[in-house]
Amino acid sequence: MLSVQGLSKSFGPFLAVADANLEVARGEVVAVIGPNGAGKTTLFKLITGQLKPDGGRVLFKGQDIAGLSPHRVCRLGLSLSYQVVNIFSRMSVFENVQVAVLARRRQVLRLFTPAAHLAVDETWEILNSVGLAEKAAVTSGTLSHGDSKVLEMAIALGNRPELLIMDEPTAGMSPEETRAAMALIRRLNTEMGLTILFCEHDMELVFNLAQRIMVMRQGRTIAQGTCDEVRCDEKVQQAYLGGHDHA
Amino acid sequence: MQQQKLLSSRSLIVVAVLLAALALLPTMASRYYIYLVALMMVTGLLATSLNMVLGFGGMYQFNHAVFYGAGAYAAALLTVRGGFNPWWGYLLGPVMAAALSLLMGIICVRLSKLYFGMLQISLGSLVWAVVFRWYSFTGGDDGMHGVPSPRLIGSIDGAYYFVLIVTVVCLALMYLIVNSPFGRVFQSIRDNPERAEAIGVNVHLHQLIGLVIAGFFGGVAGTLFVTVEGSVFPDMLFWTLSLEIIIMCLLGGWFTFLGPMLGAGIVVSLRAVVGIYTDYWTMVLGIILMLLIFFLPEGVLGFFTARLGRGRAAGEGD
Repeated sequence: MLSVQGLSKSFGPFLAVADANLEVARGEVVAVIGPNGAGKTTLFKLITGQLKPDGGRVLFKGQDIAGLSPHRVCRLGLSLSYQVVNIFSRMSVFENVQVAVLARRRQVLRLFTPAAHLAVDETWEILNSVGLAEKAAVTSGTLSHGDSKVLEMAIALGNRPELLIMDEPTAGMSPEETRAAMALIRRLNTEMGLTILFCEHDMELVFNLAQRIMVMRQGRTIAQGTCDEVRCDEKVQQAYLGGHDHA
Repeated sequence: MQQQKLLSSRSLIVVAVLLAALALLPTMASRYYIYLVALMMVTGLLATSLNMVLGFGGMYQFNHAVFYGAGAYAAALLTVRGGFNPWWGYLLGPVMAAALSLLMGIICVRLSKLYFGMLQISLGSLVWAVVFRWYSFTGGDDGMHGVPSPRLIGSIDGAYYFVLIVTVVCLALMYLIVNSPFGRVFQSIRDNPERAEAIGVNVHLHQLIGLVIAGFFGGVAGTLFVTVEGSVFPDMLFWTLSLEIIIMCLLGGWFTFLGPMLGAGIVVSLRAVVGIYTDYWTMVLGIILMLLIFFLPEGVLGFFTARLGRGRAAGEGD
């Protein structure tokens, strides 16, 4: 479904992504791991169009989307849930999700229909499925960190994506919130059939959720394969797991 | 569940009472107060139109007075120089203001925040300079006086009712727009343009449409000024007025719909009172702005709605 080939991006003299390669098949859960500064977030921003790549190709459903603007990429069915909470802080939780649904339905240019009557059921459905329904009327800027991360996901779901990319979905969450988020991600994959690509530092979560793993180091893909293959890969052990065989 | 109504029943009552009072005003008040209230409504409509992009779109529109002036001058020029029926002037004035807004918007919309505002100011000053200098056409710094009104609204009462009706209709339209999908998405752009783009919104297009809408209603306010005053002058386009409208929005509460209306009412009436005693009106305005920033960062109406909201939450429901 998604195929990244030889993608590169530099910021001035700094090569953030040098040679990234990634394959994601429909229905899979794929994780990207790598030490801090390996270029994971940059890779995701390159895929979703927030950054323009210097070289390489990004194929989504067979179409080259490298360099398309974010709103076009999004309309093709690919949406991103951010690492840093990135929500519409003055609006209610309900409205946060609703605008994403409206954007997907291409209803954003309607001037005189009350928004209160549009996309209501679908928004409630999403809020219910992620467990935010009770907080629908709350101004989103006042949510707890864990809840804002869930809202972050809910906004991405409002686009009804085929491929959901999540940048550290559980960063900063309590162990309890992490468990809930993990269950949610699994449910999105199995029940809603979403293809999921994520990156994460929590190895337990990665090996629990992902069917395949891609390992990055200094902007390069150094390994790609199933969990077991990656765990046994020598280069990965050296680069990332510290040479020990216990991960 | 949760099918929100467009207006709560309580605010409907408030609006109805206010409208009744405004409709009855000419039967009770003197000519001067009728004129003053009409001016408040015109200025309030202008401030509300700015707030469409400022408060609901998060765009720093620093030259909004230009569209006010453009609407007014277009109406006056069409009537006086073009020999058109004044009604045509009232109709085409806002359209021209919207067209000017579109043109400037296309040039500026790619810039972010403050840079957007700075370029807006310079383009606006350009328009002002043309109007100010072109004596043979626009009357230069004298402006134009004695612009004829249609007989129907020629009297002060007639002008007042015309202003009242048009203002109410325009406010209703803008209220609809703010609460439409367009308005919701516009607010999401205000909060977070990057994310709005990422959920599939064409941010620049959206902002451009917002600018045209604001320019249009600013132009309506300009034509209403012509019906009230019967004259136009270049100060209507000057950047100091743009700044004053921004202060009105902040004063009333720029995240509320009626805040700018309230802010305009306060500023216009204060100026009428203060103007009797001193020439240093701008100093008074400066002090107001300072007090506002320190004590009422959400504006007067924002302050009270927050208070009400908290009281309601504490009392568990209405």
